[in-house]
Amino acid sequence: MSETSTPVDPKLLEILVCPLTKGPLRYDAEAQELISDKAKLAYPIRDGIPIMLVDEARSLD
Amino acid sequence: MHWGGKSESNSRDPADRAASLNAPVQVIDASDHTLMVCQTTAGYAHIGPMDVQTPFDRHAVRAHRDRAAAGTGDADFLVTATAEALADRLDDIAREFPRALNLGYGGGAAARALKGHGGIQSWVHTDLSPAMMAKAKGRHLVAADEEALPFAPEAFDVIVSALNLHWVNDLPRTLVQARRCLKPDGLFLVALLGGDTVFELRQALLEAEEEMEGGVSPRTSPFLDVRDAGDLLARAGFHMAVADSDTTVVSYPDPLSLMADLRAMGETNAVNARRKNFTRRGTLMRAAELYFEAHGDAQGRVPATFQIITMTGWAPLDETATA
Repeated sequence: MSETSTPVDPKLLEILVCPLTKGPLRYDAEAQELISDKAKLAYPIRDGIPIMLVDEARSLD
Repeated sequence: MHWGGKSESNSRDPADRAASLNAPVQVIDASDHTLMVCQTTAGYAHIGPMDVQTPFDRHAVRAHRDRAAAGTGDADFLVTATAEALADRLDDIAREFPRALNLGYGGGAAARALKGHGGIQSWVHTDLSPAMMAKAKGRHLVAADEEALPFAPEAFDVIVSALNLHWVNDLPRTLVQARRCLKPDGLFLVALLGGDTVFELRQALLEAEEEMEGGVSPRTSPFLDVRDAGDLLARAGFHMAVADSDTTVVSYPDPLSLMADLRAMGETNAVNARRKNFTRRGTLMRAAELYFEAHGDAQGRVPATFQIITMTGWAPLDETATA
């Protein structure tokens, strides 16, 4: 989305997990995505807001 | 589930309804709504579990919340009043809750009402609607489905929610997930709409549809019963699980303004079995007439009942005890 977007709070990232697997997430700052390797899904971060919805996630398959 | 039988509530006015709940009635004036608050406490519950099915179309719930995000948000008075009651409860507990999770940010009314209470130092707010979240533009916002919470174990000291979780299909699952992301002895303090909510409107719409169209369809949502609520909390592993019920009667200028308010709150029908086409204008108008005939007062106003169930439970000190 926009490059000037609000950065996501690192403290928030610490407590986020994949809603599907409850497994850990990798933060891709470049792509503004949170990646669940186990679920093979990338959750977008839009304007600093993690969108933790499976419907909105990009499939990594 | 409570769809309201024809013979049951046709002639009842909310005061009768309140009396039947053994409730003291208190009238509060709000700007353009009159709130009549009555209270009843149900305490511990020992009734069987609610059906675990999927009555709600979660895509419709999200669409309604997305649509409500575009509105002015002045219909949030009920959420504000409910959240203020939650804030009072938090302040009554001689403890601090540094890290808080609010399920259902909506227009932010609950977040504003709860700010500064309960010794809360940091908040995370969720909403199912990314549009609601984008409008909020704050930090510590997460678009999340309450049925699939994206939070690590023991992330929070308290979880609050004001009038949001009645749209969840699988409440037991949501409760278990909520318990897991609470710290040991963390507090779950959630208010949601109960079975008596807008019974007047449901009754009028059912009658109008039967009369005008010769058949009925599910019109407003099946809601939770207060006895089920306490039982579900206990089954989800919460200690000292209690559910109680408050009835708020809001006075509206006419039935159509109630319908407009429900729409502004994002609270319109998301029942899976609902009709996929729009309700005919004639049916709505007839429903408004029937509503007024059954419940209208001398000033030409109509009451609408909102039953608010508050669920309170504590995460166990030793998680293995309920695993």
